[in-house]
Amino acid sequence: MINKFVASPEAALADVPDGATVMIHGFGNAGMPAALIDALIAQGARNLTIVNNNAGNADAGLAALIGARRVRKILCSFPRQADSWHFDKLYRAGEIELELVPQGTLAERIRTAGAGIGAFFTPTAYGTRLAEGKETRRIGDRDYVLEYPIHADYALVKADRADRWGNLTYRKSGRNFGPLMAMAAKCTVAQVRETVELGVLDPEQVHTPGIFVKRVVRVAAPMKKAA
Amino acid sequence: MKKLDRKQIAARLARDIPEGAYVNLGIGLPTLVADYLPKGREIILHSENGILGVGPKPAPGEEDEDLINAGKEPVTLLTGGCYFHHADSFGMIRGRHLDFAILGAFQVSVAGDLANWHTGGADDIPAVGGAMDLAVGAKQVLVMMEHLTKKGESKIVERCSYPLTGARCVDRIYTDLAVIDVKPEGLHVVETVEGLSFEELQRLTGVPLKKALIAA
Repeated sequence: MINKFVASPEAALADVPDGATVMIHGFGNAGMPAALIDALIAQGARNLTIVNNNAGNADAGLAALIGARRVRKILCSFPRQADSWHFDKLYRAGEIELELVPQGTLAERIRTAGAGIGAFFTPTAYGTRLAEGKETRRIGDRDYVLEYPIHADYALVKADRADRWGNLTYRKSGRNFGPLMAMAAKCTVAQVRETVELGVLDPEQVHTPGIFVKRVVRVAAPMKKAA
Repeated sequence: MKKLDRKQIAARLARDIPEGAYVNLGIGLPTLVADYLPKGREIILHSENGILGVGPKPAPGEEDEDLINAGKEPVTLLTGGCYFHHADSFGMIRGRHLDFAILGAFQVSVAGDLANWHTGGADDIPAVGGAMDLAVGAKQVLVMMEHLTKKGESKIVERCSYPLTGARCVDRIYTDLAVIDVKPEGLHVVETVEGLSFEELQRLTGVPLKKALIAA
């Protein structure tokens, strides 16, 4: 019997090694798997490469992981926020490496990793400093930049509901990078609000098919309202 | 002359968005446009983080942490709106499905080059978000900005001194002084604010402007 349910966030992340590449779902706090990030901090893996849209907000979640100096490098599109002080401090001290990636290119690099594509040409960033040193090509009447996939060892995603086969549904704009990251990692761990019996999720409405998910942890925290 | 304030620039731009348009509003100044879209027109707002049909701010206490816009502010969903993941969202942008991207700017060049993501300062933490995708992807890129810097220098320039967001991507510029079309043959002034002559605008702008046919 397939059963991807795992008892706790700690159990789900016990095998993350030092130096792993970890994708963390979320756009700001929407879709951010806070309980999994807390478990990763407690677990102690160091020298991590993190892939996220941002570089953490305030003192919780990804910001706390960065603040705990577990992150060697981050790939993201928008690190600078009013409350990204943990990242800002380490970046200015030269203690964290930043690979800045335009948001759509970040999404497509993650998607193509999961889809088995070797590389792709995008018009985004052509003629800008984010394309410096990259191969370019004129196709038809447009100029394109060659971009490569981003593969990961782990993806930590936050979904709304899951069954024991690992089928996931997300909630509202909390979907964002989740379905892409779930495809791009060798081991995808989902934090979900609710676990359900097989057959409860409408097969027409599954956002991430279970084939992309290895472990599911229910985190019974109530839905927090934004401040 | 009667300079427009930020809300008035937003209101002026909003008048030009037609019925049925799919529009992305950039973070900052462009988000003001949502408040001035003409009533009675169905205009669908796109948010990079996976929303079509972005609605107004929720009532206090009704905020939902899973329903935010690209600026990470709580929003609502209009009836008929929908959610999707980031690859689809940027497929809409890059694939030329969006009618308008409305972006702020540090500088726009006579060729329509856009600089809006990085001052290039050594201590400035760079952050690009979706700006480069929007610049190359939308069918039309509309820029809204103040015409002059705080020091009185024109933000419409021969060549951008700040790092580029996109090359030759801007279609129209809305400022507190004028509306200007960016065309292959140069900048065409569509209108100026009340009490500002074309000649005075030309003096303030510093790069060659042409008079468009429509009078202010």
